[in-house]
Amino acid sequence: MNKVALLPYADFLGISIVGDQGGAPLLSMPFAEGLTGHPERLHGGAIAGLLEIAAIAAIDATLDDAAEARERFKPITVTIDFMRPGRPAETFACGEVIRIGARIANVAVEAWQEDPTKPIAAARMNLSIGKS
Amino acid sequence: MDADASSRLSDFLRRSSGHTVALGLRFVASGDDWLEIALDYDRRLIADLSSGILASGPIVSAFDSGFGGVVLMCHGRLPEATLDLRIDYLRPARPAHTVSVRCECYRLTRRIGFVRGSAHDGDPAKPIAMAAGTMMLQTGDGR
Repeated sequence: MNKVALLPYADFLGISIVGDQGGAPLLSMPFAEGLTGHPERLHGGAIAGLLEIAAIAAIDATLDDAAEARERFKPITVTIDFMRPGRPAETFACGEVIRIGARIANVAVEAWQEDPTKPIAAARMNLSIGKS
Repeated sequence: MDADASSRLSDFLRRSSGHTVALGLRFVASGDDWLEIALDYDRRLIADLSSGILASGPIVSAFDSGFGGVVLMCHGRLPEATLDLRIDYLRPARPAHTVSVRCECYRLTRRIGFVRGSAHDGDPAKPIAMAAGTMMLQTGDGR
């Protein structure tokens, strides 16, 4: 896996790469006040941001030139299901590239806190692939 | 909408959520079943340094906050939680432009608020994103 660089927005959310899972970067988002919706609860948009960044990182990891990937891969649609409240704790996310076709890439992502078998949210993202 | 409700919504954006405050989301306008909020351009929120284009995450956050606000307006209480969100990205937001996000609640059942919205970067006739979602409502009996 090449070295994946995260979006600048990832810095804003406090996200970093902490490992690898199934060939995709494992991301961590430590809890911070700036991530909350209700008090003591993660904002849905912050969780969505983590999921999208993990999805993009998973795609970047499959390519030789991640900078080129940013030019070519554009999100078309994202669907996010929220399953459990996000508590004031560290949140992890890792994407899984389901398919990269000629024109469309499809990625699935999950986010969890203490227990990877109890995700707090899941997303599916379709991206269009521009010309190389 | 009366001035009191308007200022409650402004307060909601300013104080109820650390993330909303961190993004600098601000109240713009509202009607019976809709709410408009603004996300000002900020280079910390971008996807890519060379293009300066906004990441999609902040737009999702704006929708989620806006949906919470419009449920507060229509149901009288903040939602318990977001159940799901779907965002379609029609075009990238132009760098250095403020993104306006309009949210409406078009149906309330006993447990669920059905919401939808659109975002633009200066021209409402040329949206950058469309969104739909469902919010779980607070119910008095907790069930």
